[in-house]
Amino acid sequence: MKILRLAFKNLLRYKRRTLFTGLLIVVGVVAVIVFVGLSDAFKRAITGQITDSMLSHLQVHRKGYTASIDNLPLDRMLPAKAYGRLAAILDGDPAVEAFSGRIRFGAMLSNYAQTTNVRLIAVDPSKEQAAAPLLASRIKDRTRTDAILAPGEVALPEVLAKGMGLKPGDTVVLVANNKDGSVNGMTFIVAGMVESLMGPGGRDGYLHIDDAMALLRMDEPEISEVAVRVKNFRDVDAVAAKLQETLAPMKNQAGQPMFEVHTWKQLSPFFNVVRMIDLMTLGVQTILIAVVLISVLNVMMMSVYERVREIGTLAAMGTRPGRIMGLFVAEGFSLGLVSALGGSVAGIAVLWILNLSGVEVAFGGGNQVFALAPAVSPGQVASAALIVVGISVLASLQPAAKAARLAPVDALRHV
Amino acid sequence: MTSDYGPLSARAFPMNIVTFDNVSKIYRMGQVEVAALRDVSFAIPKGGFTALIGPSGSGKTTALNLIGCLDSPTRGEVTVAGQAVKGLGRRSGADFRGQHIGFVFQDFNLLPVLTVYENVEYPLLMIRDQPNRQRRLAVERVLEAVGMADQARKYPAQLSGGQKQRVAVARALVGTPELVLADEPTANLDSQTAFMVISLMKQMRDAFGTTFVFSTHDPRIMEQAELTFRMVDGRLADDDSAHSQEAAT
Ligand SMILES: Nc1ncnc2c1ncn2[C@@H]1O[C@H](COP(=O)(O)OP(=O)(O)OP(=O)(O)O)[C@@H](O)[C@H]1O
Ligand SMILES: [Mg+2]
Repeated sequence: MKILRLAFKNLLRYKRRTLFTGLLIVVGVVAVIVFVGLSDAFKRAITGQITDSMLSHLQVHRKGYTASIDNLPLDRMLPAKAYGRLAAILDGDPAVEAFSGRIRFGAMLSNYAQTTNVRLIAVDPSKEQAAAPLLASRIKDRTRTDAILAPGEVALPEVLAKGMGLKPGDTVVLVANNKDGSVNGMTFIVAGMVESLMGPGGRDGYLHIDDAMALLRMDEPEISEVAVRVKNFRDVDAVAAKLQETLAPMKNQAGQPMFEVHTWKQLSPFFNVVRMIDLMTLGVQTILIAVVLISVLNVMMMSVYERVREIGTLAAMGTRPGRIMGLFVAEGFSLGLVSALGGSVAGIAVLWILNLSGVEVAFGGGNQVFALAPAVSPGQVASAALIVVGISVLASLQPAAKAARLAPVDALRHV
Repeated sequence: MTSDYGPLSARAFPMNIVTFDNVSKIYRMGQVEVAALRDVSFAIPKGGFTALIGPSGSGKTTALNLIGCLDSPTRGEVTVAGQAVKGLGRRSGADFRGQHIGFVFQDFNLLPVLTVYENVEYPLLMIRDQPNRQRRLAVERVLEAVGMADQARKYPAQLSGGQKQRVAVARALVGTPELVLADEPTANLDSQTAFMVISLMKQMRDAFGTTFVFSTHDPRIMEQAELTFRMVDGRLADDDSAHSQEAAT
């Protein structure tokens, strides 16, 4: 305590230098906090959007489906019996909030004048809504408010509908091959436009699962993918691992595993963006460390150099080398602590102002705008502050040791 | 605090607090060797007021550094308060100085960030680790004794040179060491102030019974010493190597 008090007094001795160094560190801490706050908000917004409006948190397919997902193969479906067993397991898992079985297939879309290919996801609207609650918000110009769509209706990808001049209420024909190769066609009413999202499945249309079964001439439902929403997003890896384990013993006739489980991280290319953001956070923290290290080292070296005679005096009077070292380490520590506290307060204040003024980020070709809510957890602020204090102490060790090693005779002769 | 009890008893029972036994100190600077002290032997009595005098470069500071356990002799034996200086390590040396020796410097060497009170308190707080109440009593006593009690809250920068050196004397005495060393304590003071400071030191010797050893160039200051060692070129001058005021009276 008394050492810290003396350290503070010595810091205040060179007010301008201390202030300047302190401010430098404060700016560094603010930069880290604001960056972490913004990037976390961005990550949350994007992952939330991708999982809640399309992928859901994890997906179960028949083994081998995801490898050829681009072809939307109809011969790698989960038969009704397998889906039934999976559904029972999911129903019994308390960590699972909801799940939705989907049939994914490709079809020809015609408005009687033009024809094009379209990728479709057939869902049970209420189950899908539970597994991907933001899907409704992605479907614009919806004709009904109670559900995303009803049997006999299709929600078309926005870009595709625009290109063909289709509006909600228009009638279209969907023609599809079933897995035996026979062709079937049905008419549908356009019930809304699906906004594009980046990543696989981001430009797919939606229809009712019963219509898909009729179109594909299925007697009983065969499911391409099961989208699973977990209760706590943070547990997604654990839930997936546990599910994988439960499903592993279930084999097909050939003795191969029946199912495969993937989390959103494996399914969406956006996870790489998340990883990149994390890497950048690490980079910003490294810069902070460098700033603190260099500036504190510099200040402490100057401090020792300027006070050689004073150190000689203290040592001559009988101050132990360890205590002299402690005095200088305490000086670096105090400088770091005060700057870290100042930086934390200033950083939180900046985030608060950003929140008030609102931050928006356009993503995915500018047709989607996210309002970010930048925020940092106390743990993130504490870790930035701890880095600063720790590095400050580290940076003052060498100058302090130098001070403690000075021979009093030489130090006293120093001019 | 009778003014003659301490020194008289010291003279009545002559015990030496410092002894030099054939002490040499050689500084090496690359190839060149400088003999700052050559085979010096002398003893300083407990409770005395002793001066080291001699021209510049004669070895006064070197001798005081050895007495102060800040340096160790190249050859010979230095004992201070019964302790051989040679065997002391960095930490044990610091502890020994903190317990037994007070220092007064030519440039005062007060800590600029501390008040007069805090400067005097420093040895008790940071070296002796004494509790608060004990410190306050001791600090107030020495500040009173050097006549600086009313300036306790000022900072060194607000004091005159003479006042600073009084504070330095108080700081040297606060832990009641047996020995106070002062290397040219008056060299940065005008002659009148110098005389006042040396008188104060003598008064303190009388009051606390502390042995004082100082070095000086100033004849008026030398006169105040009870025992004087004249140094020339690293040796004690033969002629009047030890002249005692008492011997004259
Ligand atoms: N650290 C050192 N390295 C080399 N030579 C030294 C060192 N300290 C002292 N000397 C030399 O030793 C000799 C004695 O020096 P010292 O400082 O003891 O003299 P002094 O009597 O105190 O002189 P002054 O009156 O100028 O203070 C001088 O020749 C000096 O140059
Ligand atoms: Mg000298």
